[in-house]
Amino acid sequence: MKTQALAQIPETKGADGSVVRFSDVVKVYKSGDVEVWAIRGITFDIPRQRFSMIVGPSGSGKTTLLNLIGCIDKPTQGTIFVGGQDVGTLNDNAISDFRAQRVGFIFQNFSLIPVLSAWENIEYPLMLLGVPAAERRERSNRMLEAVGLSNQRNRRPNELSGGQKQRVAIARALVKGPDFVLADEPTANLDSQTGASIVDLMRRMQEEYSTTFVFSTHDPHLMSHADETFTIRDGQLVDHISGGSQW
Amino acid sequence: MTLKIAFRNIFRNTRRSLTTLSTIAIGAMAVLVFGAYITYIQFGVQTAAVQRTGHLQVFRKGYFTYGTAAPADWGIDDYQDVLRLIRDDPELKQLTAVVTPIQSLAGIAGNFENDTSKPFFGTGFVPSDRDRMEQWNEYGTGSQGLKHSGLKDNDLTQGITGSGVVRILGLCNQLHLDDCPPIPKLAARQPDPSTNALATPAPDLTDLAGRDKPADDTHSQEPVIDLLAATAGGAPNVVTLRVSRVEVQTLKELDDNYVGMNIGLAQNLIYGRGEHKVSGIVVQLNRTEDLEKARTRLLALFKQHGLDLEVRDFTQLDPQYNQIIGMFRSIFAFISAIIAIVVLFTVTNAMGMSVVERTGEIGTSRAMGVRRQGIRKQFLTEGSLLGIMGATVGVALAYFVAYAINHSNLTWSPPGQVARVPLRLYLVGAEWLIVTTWIGLLVVSAWAALVPANRAARMVVVDALRHV
Repeated sequence: MKTQALAQIPETKGADGSVVRFSDVVKVYKSGDVEVWAIRGITFDIPRQRFSMIVGPSGSGKTTLLNLIGCIDKPTQGTIFVGGQDVGTLNDNAISDFRAQRVGFIFQNFSLIPVLSAWENIEYPLMLLGVPAAERRERSNRMLEAVGLSNQRNRRPNELSGGQKQRVAIARALVKGPDFVLADEPTANLDSQTGASIVDLMRRMQEEYSTTFVFSTHDPHLMSHADETFTIRDGQLVDHISGGSQW
Repeated sequence: MTLKIAFRNIFRNTRRSLTTLSTIAIGAMAVLVFGAYITYIQFGVQTAAVQRTGHLQVFRKGYFTYGTAAPADWGIDDYQDVLRLIRDDPELKQLTAVVTPIQSLAGIAGNFENDTSKPFFGTGFVPSDRDRMEQWNEYGTGSQGLKHSGLKDNDLTQGITGSGVVRILGLCNQLHLDDCPPIPKLAARQPDPSTNALATPAPDLTDLAGRDKPADDTHSQEPVIDLLAATAGGAPNVVTLRVSRVEVQTLKELDDNYVGMNIGLAQNLIYGRGEHKVSGIVVQLNRTEDLEKARTRLLALFKQHGLDLEVRDFTQLDPQYNQIIGMFRSIFAFISAIIAIVVLFTVTNAMGMSVVERTGEIGTSRAMGVRRQGIRKQFLTEGSLLGIMGATVGVALAYFVAYAINHSNLTWSPPGQVARVPLRLYLVGAEWLIVTTWIGLLVVSAWAALVPANRAARMVVVDALRHV
């Protein structure tokens, strides 16, 4: 993808050390005449450089909350500050640029670009940011090495195992140095052993790159790594456990 | 990266892409082959017209509109001076191949020995100039049009006719003409002096014709017809013409009436002992592209010398030319439009399916920060690439087909021609056609991708990510 002229997103940081701040956020989906209240007035902060989990039963609103944090969905009501920026004030192009610069995504089903090799998938976000070719090459190589896939660089996603795909997805999310990485049930499609290795990798990367990770998960192994755990049920925040050391 | 992703996506679903590419390629080939055929026809018809009438003809002002009814009244005065003016002009000398006078005329042709006569119209020309005009072949479309006249500049007695003239005047046997059935016997009719005058010439006209016959007849084996016309002064005049050749004309009306002769004979008939004039001056150019330049120069010359002359080009002189070209261009436009529509729907369908299949991928790209226009551009690029590849293959196929046909020794009779000529496809030299078709298919393909591309760009990110 050719570099798009990115909107200038101010480099503001949350004064109080939070990377995301929700203020009375409501999300209502309409299906015909039926209204589904996915998020019912949540107010909370996600601290910077932490391994944060959003947990809850199916249908509790975890994915919706993650979508709102990742600025790929808009709240029906309330305000969301990400990195000190009120994302509700940004237009579609600005919010796209904001995501390109500040947010890394790791998806449950990996969502790699199937026609690009492992290395090209990692390089892709840097191209969107207009990073010069030499730097792109250097950063992509480094990231590919960090996730242990240097010898798989030219393989397409359909030639990689599930664990390898998720490693590429982690590298892709981190290569641009985002403010935070969102991971929607990143181990759900992996066997337990591979899932554990992916969690370990993410934890290591979070430590190494001092990045904020926000997960939604059912995985008890993943939950055990949490610094912060936010429990939601029926679209409401019902519990917040802050524990573990800050990385 | 857009181009890389687009190119790789095209070959992600090989069968569908090949079907789409084949449609575009065959469409391009069809347009080009038909376009090459039309180009050949256009060149062929133009060659025939230019061989017959030249590129430009100079007339006394008003002749083209009114003069054909009485050519003698509209003759160009001092035409030798005008000829010299044109031939000696340095600029025109560079452009012209032949500059020659002609005399149009009309009257009655009779074979009084057979008691038959009929109206005729004809042309007087300089035989050697006419033969040179027949050599014009700028586009290499072969020897079309009229053959060598067989007439000589210094022999005023010989001429050529359409086959219909010979048939009607009962000269078939003498000219050994095929396809010339005997004249059926008509039921006896009461003679009507008012309508039968032409069929049975008056004794004084027969006498007049008899007096015109040359005493030392060196061509006694050739059939003779007598041509009667009114002179510029209004007096009847008769000349004798020996039919040395029959040239079958493309239109029956022309074939039944045409008589060609040495310009000297035509002038004798029309002007008698008066000042000899000509009805027109034919200007044949080396290259058709110089037509406007030559016309401008001619008009400037005439204005400069105070000559009351007008200039007409071959498309005005031969109305059939524009009709034939117009007809083929209409057919070409119609076929091109159909092919464009087929390509449009094929590419739209292929891109539409691609968008549906890649909905999740679109969601991922948008989540990663690709703007809506980035998604739109991605699919437009893919549609354009399909157009580029398909059109390029189509051009190659068209060259192959053109080569095969041009080397297959096929022949045909083009419109307005009598003789069969080799069938050719003029792709070489028709770069405008190739470029236009290539760009046209590219634009159609890109346009066809616009609707699916917009649909992809408008997708809601979370809905696209949820798509399985």
